[in-house]
Amino acid sequence: MTVEMIGGEEHITAVLCGELDHHTAAAARELIDARLERCTPKLCIIDMAGVTFMDSSGIGLLLGRQRVMEMYGGKVRVKNPSRHAEKIIKLAGLQSMIIPEKCKV
Amino acid sequence: MKFINTMKITIPAKSRNEALARSCIGAFAAQADPTVEEMSDLRSAVSEAVTNSIVHGYKDGSGDIVITLKLTEENCIYIKISDKGCGIEDVEKAMEPLYSTASEGERAGLGFTVMEAFTDDLRVRSKVGKGTTVTMKKQLTGRYE
Repeated sequence: MTVEMIGGEEHITAVLCGELDHHTAAAARELIDARLERCTPKLCIIDMAGVTFMDSSGIGLLLGRQRVMEMYGGKVRVKNPSRHAEKIIKLAGLQSMIIPEKCKV
Repeated sequence: MKFINTMKITIPAKSRNEALARSCIGAFAAQADPTVEEMSDLRSAVSEAVTNSIVHGYKDGSGDIVITLKLTEENCIYIKISDKGCGIEDVEKAMEPLYSTASEGERAGLGFTVMEAFTDDLRVRSKVGKGTTVTMKKQLTGRYE
């Protein structure tokens, strides 16, 4: 899994690529949190267009970042989840985190 | 019930093997010609069970995870994932959505929820100090006529 961080100040986008599981989530978490801590943005977008697999570890990653962002008075949103990732996000009741296709930031 | 194929693999409980376990179910299920969605469901369900064994079963040490896969003539896949880890004290509680005993590592507590949602049948047998066995069944639509 690779993580590319884009932006700063107001909002940050973490572009994830590869398989998101328990093994890869730990490194992704560290990379994202390091940047969040430095920039304390108001919005953190997780771009999942390149995520080819996800299980509930992805939910752990989203909820964990949500907790971090709440400390800065910000929020987390998810962009471009695959159909499968979306199914898991909905199963977790987190569909409100998904940015609808028509109003991409 | 007649099985037309079976596969059994043993892997050490290391997190890098979560991807390996997914590749195995993917390779085994391919012969049943599953849909893209069925394949994703199977890969996620196996990933969750193997992750549980690593994170919970063997939290205090190491050991092996045994994965047994079977395919019936009717295109039904049976998955059995066993560990000889610490076992689960209260299986019913462990299967509740959002319940997790993992204190670190940001576990969402949704492992069994995903397994249940993505397969047709989920059974969990566990004995404290002996280990846990998860069995799942999924009927694939198949495209054979």
